[in-house]
Amino acid sequence: MASMRDIKRRKSSVSSTQQITKAMKLVSTVKLQKAKGVAQDTKPYFDCMYETITEVIAKAGTIDHRFLRQGQSTKKAFIVITGNRGLAGGYNSNAIKMVTESGIEKEDIVIFALGRKGRDTLARRGYTIKNDYSDVINEPLFSDAVRIGEDVLEGYCNGEYGEIFLVYTVFKNTVSQEAVCIRLLPVDKPDEDENEKENTIESLTLMNFEPDPEEALDMIVPKYINSLIYGGIIESIASENGARMQAMDNATNNAQTMINDLSLKYNRARQAAITQELTEIVAGASAIS
Amino acid sequence: MEDTNLFKLKVVTPQRVFYESDVDMVEFRTTEGDIGVLKGHIPLTAVISPGLMRIHETDEVKEAALLAGIVRIMPDEVTVLAEVCEWPDEIDITRANEAKIRAERRLKSTDGEVNITRAERALRRALVRINLADRK
Repeated sequence: MASMRDIKRRKSSVSSTQQITKAMKLVSTVKLQKAKGVAQDTKPYFDCMYETITEVIAKAGTIDHRFLRQGQSTKKAFIVITGNRGLAGGYNSNAIKMVTESGIEKEDIVIFALGRKGRDTLARRGYTIKNDYSDVINEPLFSDAVRIGEDVLEGYCNGEYGEIFLVYTVFKNTVSQEAVCIRLLPVDKPDEDENEKENTIESLTLMNFEPDPEEALDMIVPKYINSLIYGGIIESIASENGARMQAMDNATNNAQTMINDLSLKYNRARQAAITQELTEIVAGASAIS
Repeated sequence: MEDTNLFKLKVVTPQRVFYESDVDMVEFRTTEGDIGVLKGHIPLTAVISPGLMRIHETDEVKEAALLAGIVRIMPDEVTVLAEVCEWPDEIDITRANEAKIRAERRLKSTDGEVNITRAERALRRALVRINLADRK
């Protein structure tokens, strides 16, 4: 059995770790509240944007536009949103997995990284990192999303990339987040939206565009992409804090279980020591008499 | 409702819902020119170009700088998806002035690397802001 001193040392080490995890949990709870607020404020914009873009594309269905057809290049650009810090449970690794397990050859992938964790891991595994915007994660602005959007669009229009993907983490609720990979370009035609589709198409025949649909696409699609990137960043930040909060909550609970276990062991060891001492004294006394 | 000429106007930016209310008329500038929208407009999707947005409420006219975005007009509802939209008191006049000077310099310089369209856009944005803020 471990000595009393060893157990005591171990216990104090676990409890100081627990203090840290507890503090981190509190911090990420506060950050989560903030990030959730931001995500809620931005939601109406993306909902409207999504509606508009579906309409435009449904209307422009027959148009052979460069944003709607597959690019020539086999290269695929991935915008990967992860955190700048670790200790957030599976948050970072789940997002990275979306890239590594996408079934696309490593050589064909070009990474635009947001978040140091994702950038470092992917670089270590031998992916090409084209650009790094990790500072954006701390204070995301819409103009940052616009900048990233412009960078990838430029590559797409030059024919450098055939497809553009966005990897981010959907914030379902505080306890569940899910990493997803969506295709930004070419824009998916909304054929998959089964039931609602017919209604939209009907109301659409009335919709006019100014300038004409093709030019409108030219201007609206970049805006759509920017807003998706911005939305992805905002949601990912909320998810990161949610994931960290949960991870730290678990860590705190685990530390508590360990402390309880160690306390029990410590008390047993102490009792054993006392009993042994007593036995020795009694034995010594009886030897004299 | 006694006044049937009102329609719902919603201006949303990525950061917040900027404006949401029933209004008489709204004017703004699209890439094709200035337009004013009343109730019962034909469905239209247009792209915003930097300009002044005038919101005509029943007894008041509100002005704001609308700098980029898309507008979606339905007969009884208008949604402006604005990337940038500001009330006059939110405009930072010093910054706008600086942006104007910067853009003018960039336009004048004969450097081949200057992105003319971008500088022009920046200049127009700055001018809209300065105009509106000065009028106050």
